[in-house]
Amino acid sequence: MSRKPYLRKMPKSWWLAQRRYTSYMAREMSCVFIGAYSVLIVLGLYRLSQGRAEYGAFLDALQSPPSLVFHAAALVFALIHTVSWFSLAPKAMPLQIGEKKLSGGPVVLAHYAVWVVVSAGVLLVARI
Amino acid sequence: MAKSNKPIVWSLFAGGGMLSAFVTPVLIFITGLAVPLGLMSLDSLSYDRMLVLAQNPIAKIVLFAVIFLPLWHAAHRLLTTLHDLGLPKGRIAMTLCYGAAALGSIAAAVVLLRI
Repeated sequence: MSRKPYLRKMPKSWWLAQRRYTSYMAREMSCVFIGAYSVLIVLGLYRLSQGRAEYGAFLDALQSPPSLVFHAAALVFALIHTVSWFSLAPKAMPLQIGEKKLSGGPVVLAHYAVWVVVSAGVLLVARI
Repeated sequence: MAKSNKPIVWSLFAGGGMLSAFVTPVLIFITGLAVPLGLMSLDSLSYDRMLVLAQNPIAKIVLFAVIFLPLWHAAHRLLTTLHDLGLPKGRIAMTLCYGAAALGSIAAAVVLLRI
């Protein structure tokens, strides 16, 4: 590596310059919400381990406006993650049979089908 | 050949990305919106029900995976995105991102084992 690598100056807001960059940044920023939600589950389990009253307070906190706003935003970003992840799947794992390369469409559709089944399954289990 | 931790980091990123693509939206919907807003019964997340769930050994493993993998996915993606935003991908950023994911994973394991 050279001792003084050339670093081109980039404005901090480069990701606002084009729609494509902005949707890229939205996809990347989904990780903040996904990570925060993992931390929130740990917190919920911790409150559960403390006892009934503490867990009740956690459930009450989930009903507060800041929590609802956070979860609404988190859901939007989680969906951005899901859609972008599925559309990248055939590019990350291109399927090939013999000489023939398969098109990505069915792979993406299969991901959506599994997603619907998994989501419906979780909803059913949660309701019982 | 130089040793690289890339395969481990990458498989955690990919595994976490896949898992959260499938389950995170529905989980956020249930715990953060549907139950708090009353679209679904509060019993879905009741103390007794969640305690039975968290005390089941298989459910413990599932819960740990649902916490741990997306957390590492998020840490890795955040590190690369900070780089895109002009923060150098140095030792400090790496320690903060992966360190936070490690702490979160340990906390999850400890809490799940003690319930």
